[in-house]
Amino acid sequence: MKSTPSHVRKPETPLLAGLPGPWTAIAVALVLAIYPLIMSSLGEEFYISVGSRVLILALAASALNLALGYGGMISLGHAAFLGAGGYGVAILAKYGVIAAWVAIPAAVGLAAFAALVIGVISLRTRGVYFIMITLAFAQLFYYLAVSLPEFGGDDGLPLSSRSAIPGLSLESDLAFYYFVLFTAGLAFVLLYRLVASRFGRALVAIRENERRMAAIGYPVFRLKLMAFVLSGGLAGLAGALLANLSLGVTPHTLTWHQSGLLMVMVIIGGSGYFWGGITGAAIFLLLEETISTQTEHWNLILGVLLLFIVLVAPNGVMSLRERIIAARRPPSPAHAKAASEENAR
Amino acid sequence: MSHTILQVENLVKRFGGLMATDHCNLEVRAGEIHALIGPNGAGKTTLLAQLCGELAPDSGRILFEGRDITRLPIHKRVGAGIVRSFQITTLLPKLTVRENLALAVQARTGHSFDFLGTVADESDLDEGAEDAARRVGLIDVMEQIVSTLSHGKQRALELGMALACKPRLLLLDEPMAGTDPEESKRMGELIHSLRDEHTLILVEHDMDAVFRLADRVSVLVAGAVIATDTPEQIRNNPQVISAYLGDDESAGPEAVQ
Repeated sequence: MKSTPSHVRKPETPLLAGLPGPWTAIAVALVLAIYPLIMSSLGEEFYISVGSRVLILALAASALNLALGYGGMISLGHAAFLGAGGYGVAILAKYGVIAAWVAIPAAVGLAAFAALVIGVISLRTRGVYFIMITLAFAQLFYYLAVSLPEFGGDDGLPLSSRSAIPGLSLESDLAFYYFVLFTAGLAFVLLYRLVASRFGRALVAIRENERRMAAIGYPVFRLKLMAFVLSGGLAGLAGALLANLSLGVTPHTLTWHQSGLLMVMVIIGGSGYFWGGITGAAIFLLLEETISTQTEHWNLILGVLLLFIVLVAPNGVMSLRERIIAARRPPSPAHAKAASEENAR
Repeated sequence: MSHTILQVENLVKRFGGLMATDHCNLEVRAGEIHALIGPNGAGKTTLLAQLCGELAPDSGRILFEGRDITRLPIHKRVGAGIVRSFQITTLLPKLTVRENLALAVQARTGHSFDFLGTVADESDLDEGAEDAARRVGLIDVMEQIVSTLSHGKQRALELGMALACKPRLLLLDEPMAGTDPEESKRMGELIHSLRDEHTLILVEHDMDAVFRLADRVSVLVAGAVIATDTPEQIRNNPQVISAYLGDDESAGPEAVQ
């Protein structure tokens, strides 16, 4: 039974903001699928691995977006999970386990476990304290990695070969690109289902008003912890892929600098928008890639450009779509009604 | 006489040296509107917070339907049927009325850990949301963003959120707060209409409303209930009169160390 007249357009609220339509998703998947073919026909093989890197960091940023954008958990420690995934793969490889179907799930599990431990403790705090405690945990992991010589210490742990899939070699950049596209694609489908599910909806509502959600019967702590663990696990998947891409992992992956970069990507892309992490990672890495080939002062120019983006779109690039729609649309019926009542007085 | 639905025994809550709840005893019968009154700072809100689980008492017990719920977390109490509303409107202001109410229904029907099922099939949530909206008179504004509603309608939604949880015991924290006389009258009628299906604990400063609506009234002074009786008896109770009109100092030395 519907009591609302069908002509009333449903307003777009944070619960539904930025969920992609199927056609957008299919178009993006198609472009990504033919991208390496175009690059190799242009003779720019180098850009295939740039593409892999963008996809992997898009996954990492989207994982952070689940916690930060959807859950409102401002984590400055996601490098810990990226690193846990990377070290997971590298340590297993050191002991001879290179089968992808063992190493990658194990790395994801390690990262998710780290997120569980960090989450159980950190989620008891709020605001700035949460930021600081997640940062502190990530620093702990960093110093742990640096101080363990059997796992490479300062120099990190190299990977002698990429994870192995029976019947398919991932050593070529092209094959690896498609492996990343497939894996990250599955992860994005999972993320989409998560944020579109009742779980995702509860998570966004908790971000909007935690006290209310507790009062109507949501186990707020458990829901946030679950989101944090899923976010950490997916960041770990990105870390495992990243170690495969760069054939090794270094403590640099665990630095707060890395956590900050992921956060910058989410913020410029649009925190709490499905495409936010993906857009942010793509913009950041492609700008970095193009500018750094032109000048050695690329950091300065990149900084100015990012500042510009944030000034134009304070809620991220993905929020621009709504602003454009809102600017074009005539005033909504509710507003028009209110205005006519005003006039009648 | 109907059975006891809620029993509070010797409840104590300290904030540093302050006894906010001081060996408080309270008994609420099923199906009644039980008003909780008392001077400012008597500990009404603190007591309510302990009943709904937001605050943990230092000692004492809370029994709901004979079951000890003193240590039960908020969401399990909501599951058992104890739901509160807030004095300061606590809604999800960026969402529509329908979305707000549907979230309350979703909490009750579960599936919030259902990660993969999309929310395409909303019929169960919609039905519950519309029932609650009809109850509090918001069915015509279902698709409006909550922050654009008038204060009175937000107060109504505040109550609707609690109702959508299908409570057995409703804790209403100053439902009339900040409403104009017309809205206040409508809220009074609404509360009156709830008493057939729910037990209500009503914390309210509007004494006219309290004496009009309540079946029984408990008076809280310095963290303890000093009297529980019918509105008429309470009006004439000398202890209550002195607590309200008399010198506040009499309660002072006990409350503050």
